Amino acid sequence: MSVTPDHKMISVEVWRGAAKGAFQTFRVPRRPNQTVLDVVTEIQREQDPTLSYRFACRVGMCGSCAMTVNGRPRWTCRTRVSQAADAGGALKLEPLRNFTVVKDLAVEMTAFFDKWRDARGAFEPGAEVPADFAVVPPGTPARQAADAAIECIGCGVCYAACDVAAWDPDYLGPAALNRAWTLVNDVRDASRAERLAAVAGDSGCQCCHTHMSCTSFCPKAIAPTYSIAGLKRAVLWRALTGGAPR
Amino acid sequence: MTPALFLAQRLSAVMLAAAVAVHLATIFYATRAGLTAGDILVRTHGSLGVFVFYSVFVLAVAVHAPIGLRNVVREWTPWRGRSLDAVLIVFAFALLALGMRAVIAVCVA
Repeated sequence: MSVTPDHKMISVEVWRGAAKGAFQTFRVPRRPNQTVLDVVTEIQREQDPTLSYRFACRVGMCGSCAMTVNGRPRWTCRTRVSQAADAGGALKLEPLRNFTVVKDLAVEMTAFFDKWRDARGAFEPGAEVPADFAVVPPGTPARQAADAAIECIGCGVCYAACDVAAWDPDYLGPAALNRAWTLVNDVRDASRAERLAAVAGDSGCQCCHTHMSCTSFCPKAIAPTYSIAGLKRAVLWRALTGGAPR
Repeated sequence: MTPALFLAQRLSAVMLAAAVAVHLATIFYATRAGLTAGDILVRTHGSLGVFVFYSVFVLAVAVHAPIGLRNVVREWTPWRGRSLDAVLIVFAFALLALGMRAVIAVCVA
């Protein structure tokens, strides 16, 4: 029997607590073009000010509002209720998977960003200061590969979607590896060899099973799976030759 | 998985793909032709080709299986480090020894 959606009110189950907790059900007025973040904000402002969640920009730039919405990791500021609700029009909101829950819908991101550091995800200009601005033709294959992966906002959706990250807590994860791939393709960067060594460890790029969940769920339509495949090739080439051509 | 293990697992997988296909085809031929164990041993004894083929097969298994098992154990249990690697190295040599014992029994003894 099909469930008839309530056209006036949304039933919203929200995770309350940390690792241990329970779902609490709220009812929120249904509005046109309402986003999931609008719903969470309305609950906190109108019904329960103790509800914890995180957001900043509300326009898909900052990457701070990601949650699990009806079982799928999503950026909530750009997800309309109509896209994410189940057949009965209801929502079920949980914190992101593979992260430590701080409280309710807010998760601890430190370990996630530590892995960006471990993958050497910061641009390294080298000891010598360049004499002039670098000229990077946008049409080169390396720049195009970097451009395809550069728009990551660090929301953690890919990491929450990744089964390997769930199995191996040390796995660097799709976001950190995607970031490393952009820098491996940056001709100005001076630490390519060290970065490839950093992503070649036991919990590095070779662990990826190519499930493609990261690529499927990335709200910015980036394909971290492709970036990780590129890293696998570059790391293997470096292992075979002792040094990789750009 | 380190690049060396990754490469070893992929190369051994390529060898196994061919070896398993030949092995299965041989089994089908032997059973459909109605060969007895004695008939088969007459053909395999002293055969350098059979000895080399199955030695390569056993070597590929001894490389491939422990690396795959290491990945499974690392993903599904908290067991890491040298103790895991030591056990899997012993497992690799056990596969090699048992496999070569069978190859020698079929081709030489």
